[in-house]
Amino acid sequence: MLETVRDGEGPDPPYLYPDYRSTGLRAPKRPLVVLPHTLSELTGPAFGHESVGELDHDLTRQHEGEPLGERIIVSGRVTDSVGRPVRSTMIAIWQENAAGRYRHQVDQHPAPIDPNFTGAGRCLTDDEGQYRFVTVKPGAYPWGNHPNAWRPAHIHLSLFGRAFTNRLVTQMYFPGDPLFEFDPIFQSVRDPKARSRLICDFELERTVEEWALGYRFDVVLGGSDETPMEA
Amino acid sequence: MTTPSQTVGPYFALGLLERRANELVPDGIRITGRVLDGAGEAVPDAMVEIWQADEEGRYQPDFGWGRSGCDTEGRFSFVTRKPGRVQGQAPHLSVLVFARGLLKPVRTRMYFPDEEEANAADPVLLAVDDSSTLIARPMDGGLEFDIRLQGDGQAVFFAL
Repeated sequence: MLETVRDGEGPDPPYLYPDYRSTGLRAPKRPLVVLPHTLSELTGPAFGHESVGELDHDLTRQHEGEPLGERIIVSGRVTDSVGRPVRSTMIAIWQENAAGRYRHQVDQHPAPIDPNFTGAGRCLTDDEGQYRFVTVKPGAYPWGNHPNAWRPAHIHLSLFGRAFTNRLVTQMYFPGDPLFEFDPIFQSVRDPKARSRLICDFELERTVEEWALGYRFDVVLGGSDETPMEA
Repeated sequence: MTTPSQTVGPYFALGLLERRANELVPDGIRITGRVLDGAGEAVPDAMVEIWQADEEGRYQPDFGWGRSGCDTEGRFSFVTRKPGRVQGQAPHLSVLVFARGLLKPVRTRMYFPDEEEANAADPVLLAVDDSSTLIARPMDGGLEFDIRLQGDGQAVFFAL
């Protein structure tokens, strides 16, 4: 038999977190089986430059006009858990607009849709693992999980890394948000140190004078750091 | 410390399903299945990703990854080729399921029903309690692979 582990170890949130109601019927209840790392786990897809358009990283230039809101630059570095840069890896982001509304049919929050903002972008990291997006600062929005429930402003990020075990989807939050203590999705990460990894840093050095505020968000991918042997 | 996972939430289609990515080859085996919750209800706001070797059992950077959203019945679908054996393992797909309500994805594998001999010797299938949840069923010339997140028939999910 392979070893099994109880859920909830490490920096990731547990599957079952009752304060986030939707986990109730979706969280697996049986112990997790520890998977040996074979080539199936040590390899992963690669996406080339042809899969990213020239303006895909700039969410403010995808329509005829500019979106409303505070223009920001979100940039940072993607590394593996031993600090090596993760090069040429695909990062996709999606977010609500400055008024807190997603361009998605399920979102019925009565805040305006911005005709000049879709809220989705993508880019590849460079040789140093660096990436950069231009967007507008998203707004908070209500979500019905509990009475008077509001999500803190956030941007969703999807990353691949080198192996399918590195795959990460997370959310980036902004410093000092008063909604942190009331948000069960943010609080589902139990270790305060791990939670702080979800909050970007404001950096004057990344801020472009007369144009946009700069935030840094570095990502450290977990999973396997082993390099597969060439077949 | 690694960056923790957060749920994809209900709006991931905006960023992740804007391009079709569920047909790895133009003609191949059709694999469909439903993502179901602990009450046996469909999970329509789920997304399934696969990763697999080619027919010779080699992992290639530019082949083998796919992604499918789910419809209102919780149903996803892929068209692909059966991978070869990898390091003595039976042909299989690595599978990740993301959904609203999943704070991190669940990780499982799909094996092929017509590989009885290889499946009987597969080190992972041999070492789990309920290997039947990992083997697809033949259906209408293709394969069906339901993924139950919780409750009776819950799939075997892996930690790394």
